Amino acid sequence: MSDQVSAEIRSNVPSPFCGIASDDLQIQVSGLSVRVVANGDAVTTPAFELPADALKPRVAGVECSLDEACARAAELISRSHGPVFSGFGTDVNDTRAALSLIDRCRGVFDQKRAEPSLRNLLVVADSGWMATTLGEVKNRADVLVVFGTDIEDGFPRFFERFVWNRETLFGQDPAAREVIYIGREPGGRAAYAPDGRAPWVLPCPPESWPDVAAALTALARGARLQANEIGGLAIGDLQKVVDRLKHASYSVVAWAAGQLDFPNADLTVQQLCQLVVVLNETTRSGVLPLGGQNGDKTAAQVCAWQTGYPTRVSFARGYPEFDPFLFGTDRLLASGEADLLVWVASLSTLPPPVTDVPTIVIARSGMRCEREPEVFIPVGTPGIDHAGHAYRCDSVVALPLYKLRESGLPSAQAVLQGIENALDAL
Amino acid sequence: MLTKLAGGKVYDPAHGQDGVVRDIFIRDGRIVDGPGGDTPDKVYDLSGRIVMAGAIDMHTHIGGGKVTIARTLLPEDHRGDPAVREGLMRGGCGHAAPSTLTTGYRYAEMGYTAGFEPAVLPINARQAHMEMADVPLLDVGGYVMLGSDDFFLRLLSSGADQRLINDYVAWTIRSSQCIGVKVVNPGGISAFKFNQRKLDLDEDHTYYGVTPRQILQSLARAVHELGVPHPLHVHGCNLGVPGNVDTTLNTIAGIEGLPMHLTHVQFHSYGTEGDRKFSSGAARIAEAVNANKNITVDVGQILFGATVTASGDSMRQHANAGHANPAKWVCMDIECDAGCGVVPFKYRDQNFVNALQWCIGLEVFLMVEDPWRVFLTTDHPNGAPFTSYPHLIKLLMDRSFRNDMLATINPDAAALSNLGALDREYSLYEIAIMTRAGAARLLGLSDRGHLGAGAGADITVYSPQDDVEKMFEAPDYVFKDGELVVDHGTIVNVVWGNVHTIRPEYDRSIEGRLKDYFDRYLTMHVDNFPISDWELEGDGRSKILIHPCRTGGRS
Repeated sequence: MSDQVSAEIRSNVPSPFCGIASDDLQIQVSGLSVRVVANGDAVTTPAFELPADALKPRVAGVECSLDEACARAAELISRSHGPVFSGFGTDVNDTRAALSLIDRCRGVFDQKRAEPSLRNLLVVADSGWMATTLGEVKNRADVLVVFGTDIEDGFPRFFERFVWNRETLFGQDPAAREVIYIGREPGGRAAYAPDGRAPWVLPCPPESWPDVAAALTALARGARLQANEIGGLAIGDLQKVVDRLKHASYSVVAWAAGQLDFPNADLTVQQLCQLVVVLNETTRSGVLPLGGQNGDKTAAQVCAWQTGYPTRVSFARGYPEFDPFLFGTDRLLASGEADLLVWVASLSTLPPPVTDVPTIVIARSGMRCEREPEVFIPVGTPGIDHAGHAYRCDSVVALPLYKLRESGLPSAQAVLQGIENALDAL
Repeated sequence: MLTKLAGGKVYDPAHGQDGVVRDIFIRDGRIVDGPGGDTPDKVYDLSGRIVMAGAIDMHTHIGGGKVTIARTLLPEDHRGDPAVREGLMRGGCGHAAPSTLTTGYRYAEMGYTAGFEPAVLPINARQAHMEMADVPLLDVGGYVMLGSDDFFLRLLSSGADQRLINDYVAWTIRSSQCIGVKVVNPGGISAFKFNQRKLDLDEDHTYYGVTPRQILQSLARAVHELGVPHPLHVHGCNLGVPGNVDTTLNTIAGIEGLPMHLTHVQFHSYGTEGDRKFSSGAARIAEAVNANKNITVDVGQILFGATVTASGDSMRQHANAGHANPAKWVCMDIECDAGCGVVPFKYRDQNFVNALQWCIGLEVFLMVEDPWRVFLTTDHPNGAPFTSYPHLIKLLMDRSFRNDMLATINPDAAALSNLGALDREYSLYEIAIMTRAGAARLLGLSDRGHLGAGAGADITVYSPQDDVEKMFEAPDYVFKDGELVVDHGTIVNVVWGNVHTIRPEYDRSIEGRLKDYFDRYLTMHVDNFPISDWELEGDGRSKILIHPCRTGGRS
């Protein structure tokens, strides 16, 4: 097991960063240096290898003890009338500790990447979906439709691990799988079959994606469209896609909401979900919403089970309230409703926005802020500096994370609890 | 610390005590025979009050992926029942899919001290435990779901030796840190992935060529031979389908005397008589349960109002998705392991089918003779949220109240039911059996559900009231492992519960086979699959309790 290997190379290390929970990494640890020596990728490797630079907290740019930093953070929080906590970017225990503090100080829980998540979450709360998971894709999928997304850009190992696998449980030859890209073109060759067969690509501009998604659903329902083309795509080609899906035994419709970056993209996601609902009237199909890297999904899961709502939750009235618009960090800062920003990110390295309100940063050592915050507390990274748990994109599988090195960095959980204790002492 | 509960009227069916006035002594979290010559540090005068063990909900969906899907699906439901941060309680939400924290507070406020999540997918067990760890004040445990997972179906269809299946079942129980095994629509969740839309008891799974009957027999035998105290927990075929009473009766006959627990049996007790081809099969079910001592049931009572159904039965949930109210639902195929379906639902008293479902559940309660073999559940939240238990208890204990309610429901349904003719009223002693002593015995919890020496001091104290609903809603005192946690409706101490588990023995050679299977087909390394003790106990809240298996088990 990864936490029991005595040599400095650790095997089967799970990644909390990649969103697909690759747990076959080999990692070499030497002092504070971490190097991915096998099975890394463009997302995972830099995330593991980010050097831990700051080891001591700072208040107003001056190094201090952890107790002093927690006391200063508590002081700022106690004075605040509307603290917004964002980032997240965290594992399960870090999120638990954050929610305890946010509840107590009547703050807002938001995430740096809430907007992409909400493109999916709003659909679940409005109409639901019929979803599948990575293991089902690996063993069952015969047709994969990728919508508006260049998968390998965010998920470099997706095809290697789940599409071009060597064998399946049910005798299907994975190499024969059909991959159809609609909208965006694949940026590399990951989607090419092992024999070099290219995916079928139907490129169209982003502004046409809502219409294309709606057309696919309409065609699946048996509607006859007046238009001959949408977004430059012939209706005949879209009909071919639908026919292929209808004749598939188990098709998968995938997207990464982070790449559907246009207004009201949730409505496009909803159309894709309805397409899959229609397909399931006669055959089997599932949606696969990719995303959730760097603890995004994990924090949202914990928030959902502890408050009922996955993200953008305010405790200002003494109980959790959800509003995908009102409780966005940028809006709260711009409107002046938030008078304190607390940035919590033990997995992600996305820095806080520059703002005029006092800022407390509790982030993995190595994060660079554009402007020195009032309080900066470097913390360890779950899965590197201490054990923890992280979810992958399908919300089903949570992997244990193991400690790989001895950095002496506290966990965000410990820091957040320290701040809550300091509030008691005020 | 020695605590004396003085002079209460004790209902402790495990020891045959039916309203016996006696003292109870608690030392360091456990009930002891007497003070041992010491002066109690604290005495509660309970004269005139009713004392029972803490209640145990043996089937309640309180943790795991589908519960959080239900939460995400229903923000409007949460908005209707905000739970304000107050005293020691954190903020949250209630009603159909409450937040974990609020779940714990509300169970404790009703005198419940344990709840068991009945649908723990092996691949999702880590999440189930992490969520249950965030349920304060409640002991928890899980039944791990098997029967539609491809590893098992491959073993069964290849004619594998039962011993190999037993090893796999034991490995899965231990890996998932569970206390029992559940099967949901045996084979049906897998069959749905192959586009089968129904799977009857003797119908072949199109790919594996095995039947639900074979699956049930194999798993029930595994559970029995491993010495797992809790019989195989069965959510049968054809949930909700009119005529499924025959399937259920065949299921009972087909298990050939092995211990079996039929869960939410109300949903499996439907006939096809009458103009609307929907009728009560409760009498036939009760007759079969009464005649077959190897069978236990919980009811899964429905109560009128809005709720959400969250089930592993993706096949049946998909079939019922058209009834979703509000019109939205989620179904999932999960990791060659299982699936789930989450469908919000409104049970209406003027709807013929819903009203008859209400009658059928109550008929089962009243016609199954032995209270040790029938358990009080609403299959939270599928039939109704758990907060409706006091109301349900009143329906069972108060015939005139029950008949008043019967007079208000859809009259055609009422006319088709024999509920009005059933005189039975449950006694406090019988309620204590079905919500405490019986549940603990069924799960093999030797130190819960009773008030004898050695028991964990989970104790609930009520003031008698004419209206038993009010009494069961708001106990005077609730003790969890000897700590006073609820005092007249106020949470006065937030403690964290235990995780009840078993660790059946098995032949480790199965692990080589599993490693190969994981490497070839699944998406995680086999070593990262089992849940280690540190994951449950590492933050100092939960404590693992390991109960012995009957034979060959390691205690």
